[in-house]
Order: sequence, then structure tokens, then C-alpha cells
Amino acid sequence: MIPAAFDYHHPSDIDEVLALLDEHGWEAKILAGGQSLIPAMRFRLAEPGTVVDVNGLAELERFEESDGFLHIGPMVRHATIAGSELVRDRYPLLSDAAEVIADPLVRNRGTVGGSLVHADPAGDWGSVMLAYRAELTVRRAGGERTLPIDELFLTTFVTSLEPNELVTGIRIPAASDGEGGAYEKLERKVGDFATVGVATQITLADDGKVSAAGIGLTAVGATSLRAAAAEGELLGSGAEAAAIEAAAVKAAEASSPTADTRGSEEYKRDMVRVLTGRALRRSVDRARAAS
Amino acid sequence: MATTMSVSVTVNGAEYTADVEPRMLLVHFLRDELGLTGTHIGCDTTHCGACTILLNGTPIKSCTMFAVQADAQALTTVEGLMSNGELNPIQEAFKEEHGLQCGYCTPGMMLTGVALLESSPEPSEAEIRMAISGNLCRCTGYQNIVHAIQSAARAMAGNDTSVDGGAGGGNGASEGGGE
Repeated sequence: MIPAAFDYHHPSDIDEVLALLDEHGWEAKILAGGQSLIPAMRFRLAEPGTVVDVNGLAELERFEESDGFLHIGPMVRHATIAGSELVRDRYPLLSDAAEVIADPLVRNRGTVGGSLVHADPAGDWGSVMLAYRAELTVRRAGGERTLPIDELFLTTFVTSLEPNELVTGIRIPAASDGEGGAYEKLERKVGDFATVGVATQITLADDGKVSAAGIGLTAVGATSLRAAAAEGELLGSGAEAAAIEAAAVKAAEASSPTADTRGSEEYKRDMVRVLTGRALRRSVDRARAAS
Repeated sequence: MATTMSVSVTVNGAEYTADVEPRMLLVHFLRDELGLTGTHIGCDTTHCGACTILLNGTPIKSCTMFAVQADAQALTTVEGLMSNGELNPIQEAFKEEHGLQCGYCTPGMMLTGVALLESSPEPSEAEIRMAISGNLCRCTGYQNIVHAIQSAARAMAGNDTSVDGGAGGGNGASEGGGE
């Protein structure tokens, strides 16, 4: 299958990217890893007149801890996250997720930022970044803003980004003592979309009580979802079994899955409960080990 | 709309320059422009891995990249595995271990295998199965594909006896089990 014809640009700096976005507006698409965009173009689901390739722009590949954050450039590839020892040691929720995205070959090309702004509710990074309460740096010609992850997703494949805006950075709070997270994904086979995914990230205070909790849900709504009521169940608790089960029930209530070949609504909602419990138990174990 | 753009790419050590439409997929460039038809097209949906090649040593699906993106990059296709008339150890191992039936997935499997052994010379069976999980074999021949990669690992380590002898067969199963 052959994509529709387009003009291809491969700018050498971000200002040039932003100028092209200003000029072409909705007609332009950013080409990151291409693992969703190129299939969509082959099927003619996307027919951008202008493709702006941002591969090779070093600023978009930043990947380091500094100033109290882990900075993940939007062009960091899934495989880079999966293979990072720093991530495995300090950000296990990130490495859990990176290891189960698509398949190893896709992970070698696909990028964190590309996946996020594609805004597929079955994409794994959306729920992970909700759990981490990530912030995005968004630039346009002559301006820059910070976008909390909760304000990114509008509906399936639709974000709050303007057509002339580019995500230039993603950051999550740097790991500290007493933090732990985990990702649980149910899928029929490698490379399939998630049936259900759950990302959890918690912080235990010195007294063992939960002082922060983030829970994101994959593939059970029009967007990646935050399970805010479930987070509320955990805060101030000792992360004991009853609190985890109460949070898991609330997470299931926050989901709104649709039935498909992967399962019925009831099944998926109950899998949210089961996977939330599993992810939270692993998060607590990891948080205690990091205390 | 742009008509064509110039692409200069190194494939299997040789330089090629061609004018292509930006929408030309890399796999079509390799097959139709360069005549390197060892890289196969299977699913056209970024699932099957039949079109796997190495991009600067990293295995990727060449149906999910535009040819213009390969400008100034170095690619390896299955045609580049042989050197000086000698099969690459992984090719030898796929032959000896019967690591193929119809052969359609084989170029991709071998390139993924080469990249795996480059980064992990003694992979466990689980690592091998994970590494090839983006390459589909519809003959369900995974068992012998795993054996072949294990056999190639031993050959590359220089302590192999099965590749050039008649003892190929099933001796891969007892090794590389790991954990």
C-alpha cells in the first residue's frame, strides 16, 4: 500500500520545524518514529500534504535527570527506555511499560513523544505519564508553554496541541526515596493493542502512609484515563490490602471500556480491578524497597 | 507537491544514489529501485517483520520508514550477510538446523538474530524468543528458528560442533535454557 504524495522536509533545527508548522498548519504532520503515522498513511487514513521529519534533532533526544526531573525528549525511542539501567533502577514504571510496547522492532523506532501525541487510548505512555503526573514543554514560533499531561488528551487521536505546536520536552519528577511504580498490561499476543493496561505510581512517607498516588488506565475509554477516586482511596492509607482493593474497585468504576474481540465491557472493567491491584502491590513492594 | 528527492544510502557496504518520491517506502526502494528482493513484504501493517533490515545495525521494519529517511544512513539486508562467498554463521545455522520451511520470514529472522547476537552473544532461550517476537513465522517453525540462533551463537563463540557436522538436529534444546 502506497501513501498519498506529500512534500517532505527534514529540518536541521527546531525553529525551522516551527516555521514549517506555522506555514502549513493542519496540512502538516510531524514524523517522529513513524510507527503509527506511516501505517495510517499507507491505509490513507492520514494524507498530510507536508511531512516534517524531526529525526536527528538532538534537542528532542534529551534523556537525563537534572533539576529535580527526569527529562525525556519526545524523540527518545521506546527501546532506549527499555534498555536504560537508570530507568530500571529508579523508574520501574517506565521500564515495565517500555518492555511491553508493540514488539522489539517497533520499539527500536517508536518514540515516547510520538506515541503520546498520537493520543491512542490503547497507547501505553498516556496512562504511564498520567501516573507520573508528567508535564510537557510545548513550543510554537515565538512562544513556549508548559502543558500538564491531564490537559493533553481531548478524545481519541485528538489532543489540545495547536497545529503550529511541537512537543519539545517531557518531564516527570525525579525519583526519590519511598517511591515505586508498576505497569500491568493484558494483551493477547506481542504487538497487539492492550486489552487493558494499568499504570500505578505511589510514594510512601516515612511513617509508611501513602503521600502521593497516580493511577492511569490504558485502553478503557476514549483517552488514557486518570483514576482520581482510586488515587484518593490510597492517600493517607498504609497501602494495606483493604486500601488496595478499595482503590482497585474505584479504578474499575472510573473505566468505560467498550466491547470488542478482546472482551466484553464487564470483563475489561473487572480486569481493570485485577490489574490495578497487581500493579499497586508491586508498586508498594518497590516503594518499600526504595525507602 | 514534491516530485522526487535525491537519496544517498549505503546498503551492504555499497553506496547508492537515487531520485525517489518522498512517499516511497524503504522496503520498496530496496526491492524495486535496488533490486534487493531478499527483503520481503508480508503484512503491510507493521506486524510481521518480513521486511526487517538493519538500520545502522539496529533491526527495524523497512515498510515503516520512508526511503528519504534513509539518506546518509547505513543499511544491511539479507544480501549483505554473506562475505567473500561464505555464508554468515546465522545463515549456516538456519540451514543446518532447518530454521525455515517456506522461507518467507527467514531474511527478517536472520537479521533480527544477527542484531541480537551482536548485543547479546550468549542469549538465553527466553531472550531469543523475546527478540524475535516482532517477526512472525506462519509455518510455526519457531522451535528450529530458536535452535538456529542458539547454534549460530555457539558457532560465533568458536566452540560449536554442530554447524558444519551432521550432529545439528536437536542439540540446541538442551542449551541456552537459562532461567
